[in-house]
Parts: sequence; C-alpha cells; structure tokens
Amino acid sequence: MKIDKSTVLHIAHLARLEVKEEELNQMQEDLEKITDFMDLLNKVDTTGVEPLIFMTEEINVLREDNAVESITQKDALKNAAHKDSDYFRIPKVKG
Amino acid sequence: MYKNFAEVKNAITSGVSVLEIVHYYLQNIEKNKECNIFLEVFSDSILTQAKLVDQKIKNKQAGRLAGLVIAIKDNICYKDHRVSASSKILKNFCSLYTSTALQRLLDEDAIVIGRTNCDEFAMGSSNENSAYGHVKNPLNLNKVPGGSSGGSAAAVIANTCTVSLGSDTGGSVRQPASFTGTFGVKPTYGRVSRFGLIAYASSFDQIGVFANTLEDTALVTEIMSGKDSLDSTCSSKQVEKYSVFEKTEKKKIAVFKEVLHNEHLTEDVKNSFSSLLNNLKNEGHEINEISFPYLDVLVPTYYVLTTAEASSNLSRFDGVHYGYRSKDAVGVEETYKKSRSEGFGIEVKRRIMSGTFVLSHGFYDAYYTKAQQVRRIIKEKTKEIFSNNDFILSPTTPNSAFEINSVKDPIQMYLQDIFTVHANLSGNPAISLPLFKDKDGFPFGLQVVANNFFEKELFSFSNYLVKFRND
Repeated sequence: MKIDKSTVLHIAHLARLEVKEEELNQMQEDLEKITDFMDLLNKVDTTGVEPLIFMTEEINVLREDNAVESITQKDALKNAAHKDSDYFRIPKVKG
Repeated sequence: MYKNFAEVKNAITSGVSVLEIVHYYLQNIEKNKECNIFLEVFSDSILTQAKLVDQKIKNKQAGRLAGLVIAIKDNICYKDHRVSASSKILKNFCSLYTSTALQRLLDEDAIVIGRTNCDEFAMGSSNENSAYGHVKNPLNLNKVPGGSSGGSAAAVIANTCTVSLGSDTGGSVRQPASFTGTFGVKPTYGRVSRFGLIAYASSFDQIGVFANTLEDTALVTEIMSGKDSLDSTCSSKQVEKYSVFEKTEKKKIAVFKEVLHNEHLTEDVKNSFSSLLNNLKNEGHEINEISFPYLDVLVPTYYVLTTAEASSNLSRFDGVHYGYRSKDAVGVEETYKKSRSEGFGIEVKRRIMSGTFVLSHGFYDAYYTKAQQVRRIIKEKTKEIFSNNDFILSPTTPNSAFEINSVKDPIQMYLQDIFTVHANLSGNPAISLPLFKDKDGFPFGLQVVANNFFEKELFSFSNYLVKFRND
C-alpha cells in the first residue's frame, strides 16, 4: 500500500515515537513493504466470519475478591528514572 | 557431561555436589563467552542456591528438580534479578516478582544460572536484534542460533545449563531449537501461565523449554503447566504426566501438500522430511497428504495481529514509571517520545509502527478485523484436521541455520517462521525434535503439532520419533 510521509508521521505520533528526518524514507519504505505483505490477507474470503478475539477456552474465570498487597510503594518506585520519597517525578509540564 | 538431568542425578547419587555441577556449567559459560549467550550470570545467587539445594539433598528434603540448573530468557521475571528483554529501554530494570512458570520450577529446587540474550522484546528470528549484540551459534560462530530465544537455545547446546526457558510467539522456541539441534516445545496456548513473562503479543505468547533430551523437555513442561490465579487466560484443565511416555500405536498423520512442495525448502530439508515420512509409512502409520490453502497467509495474519498487540503492550514503556528516560526531554509528550525513540531498537519501532497503523482509524477493519477473521478460519480448519488426524508433521524450518547478517530484508526474515506460526495462530502445542542434519552437518528439526491440550500424546509420539534421529 502506498503510504505517504504525513501518514508515517501521524502513525509515529499515535505510537509516541519520533521518526527523524533521516529515518523517514526508510520507515516509509518498510511500512509500504509490510502492508503489501499484509494485503495477502485479501486472498481469503471472510464474508460472514466472526472475528476471533479470545484464544482461551476458559469462561468466567472468577475468584474471591481478597485484598492482597501486590507490591509495596517502595518497590513500585524502585525502578523509576526519577522519584522523590513518595512520587514518580516527571519533567516540568508548565513553563 | 551433565548434558541432561539424568546425568546430573546420576552424578548427585554418586556423591557429586550441586555446587560442583554449577562450577562445571560456569566454566562452560566462560569458554563460550564469544557466543554472547548470557546477558548476566547470576554468579552470587546461583552459588548460594546450589549450597541450599545440597543441604536439602543431604537432609532428604529435596524437590523433584534438585540439581537442575536453568538459564532463563531475558524476558522472564525472577524477583530481585535484572531483566531487560534485551532492550536498552529496560537496562538495569530489576524484577519485583517471579514469573509463575519459573516459581514452580524453583519450588521443586531448580536453580537459575543466568539470563540469556534474545531478540529485543522477542521480536526476531535470528537473535540479531538484541541491544546487547547478537548471539553466535555455538555449532558454528558464523551462523545465527535462530531467534528470538537464540541465547536460551545456544545455552543448552553449549552445555552451560541443564535446560533453559524461552518464549514462543511465532516460533521463537522451535526455530532456534531447529538451528541448534536441541529439543524445543511450545505448549498449548493457556497451558503455562504468562504471569511474569514480558508481553510481546498476549494472545500468542507461551513460555517453552529447551533441552538436550525429550525427557527433560517433558518434565519441565509438566511442572510449569497448570492453572494460575494470576493469569486468567491460563487453563484450569488438569495437567497429565507428560514425563511418562505411553507406547505409540499406529497414528494418523497429516502433512500439508503446500509444505511438501514449498519453494522455500532446501533440498536437504525436503529429502530428509520425505524419507522420514516413508519410514513412518513403512511402520504402518497413515500419512494423509492434505491441502492447507492458508499457508501463504499465516505469516501476514500473524504480523497484523502480533504487531497490533505489541503496539498496545509496549505502550507501557513511557519513561515515567520505570525504564529508560531521555535526558533532554521537556514536558510529558517529549518524555514519552524521546524515551521510547532512544530506548527501542529499529525492529521494535518497526513493529510498533505497523501495529499502530493496523489499529488506526480507517485501517482497523481492513487489517485488524480481517486478520481476526482469518485467524478464526485457520483455527476452525485446524480443528477439522485434528478431527481426522492425530498430528501434523512438517520441517520446523525451511532451512538450517543461516549466516549472521545474511538476511537483511524484514519480510524475508519474517518468512523464517512460515511453518511455526500456524501453532501460535491456532493455539496448538508443537515441538521441534532434532532429527535431521544437512550435508554440512548442521541440524534442523522436525515439527510435530498436536491437538489442543494433547501434550501427553505429543511427548509420547515424540519419544517414538526420536529413534529416527539421524546423527
């Protein structure tokens, strides 16, 4: 499928990725090749077929609603790039 | 030495300590450094754990896996140990919990020697997509070990552990097993809990096992399997004794014409596979050559669905809660964009972009819904095949291991999975058995696919097939 540069940039924004000017051509070319490949699906007649969404055979998996501490606040903060004693820290939002 | 659990147990019975066995494996890790198999050797914890198991053996309190030394793919969480999915974005990330599958092995006194290199976020078929360098095939350093669980496959064939764990989304255990001459199994979707496995495509992923013997493959699968309250997609079906093999009666075996006459098959693969089928026919099994008209659409269907799921799963890597954060980002959106763009490698970005595309407004129905419909057709067709047949046989891969850097086009690389993705699309259990070698002596596998939750039959029939191993 033909994909123009502005579509590549739009998809990148939705994916919260940056595509730099020098990467744009390659990404555009790759996406065109990949979607061409995906277009092979059109060979299959799917008229009236329900999409398959869940792979599990389990139905209504229920359990008691017990309160369990999964991780502590200390653990949750352990892998953060920036934090203070109680919070994740992010760069300043408002100037 | 210590190539399998039977040898380990014999050594322990004759007085060798688990600590000594661990030292032996550590030496082999050192000898194979050039292959770049391990991202980290858990040097401290493994020695402590080995001593504890030795004590338990002495006190006659040891579990079923005492002495078993495992290597884990770098996407399986092990509490208080680092895990990175071979990505820069998770460099230095430390697991807060242990995956259920691994915990069950630890509960039986298995111990973990280290985490193995893989393709970043399990995306790849050659282990060339790791942020920490590619893995070399220990059988020939110019070749790839396969992927994405290339490090785990290499770890077993290089004798650096007794067994290893990998994950299989489209063939990531079976393809590297084929390329390294090891056993590699992907259980039925939902047989093994995915809790603590870093997600790539949640409706496809399963944790699987690499080993040098079928017995070890079956035993580890048996212990990992079964219901888990932490993964609601995990099956509540009872786990049978996979490690006890039944005698094989005459079987009905389906073979796809489209596989037999596939243009991607090398001569060696084609000949070995045909001659095995002849042997099976001579032994009285029924070989049914049937048409499977969906072979060409398996890989594209897989790519639409897995990239869509990946784009959603990987949205959690935002540079805020954990993982890499770009140093020079200003504001929230830039934090997301710069952290992700600097943290992810090119193949991961390509797949996130593809997945975002197929889920985006205007393309959703044409790609994502369409692929889900095709998936249902494939699953129904597979079910129909198993109503008349016990197993589906094919080569695991169309070729043996290829040279590093020799496959450059992404689509050509995706086609590596042409025979393996079927089982992930339909959820069936499948195993690669190291039966064959090409004219240069490089291994490639036979793939056996069974009906859903027929692991017991899969392992029993595999045990019969192993006698056709061509060494």
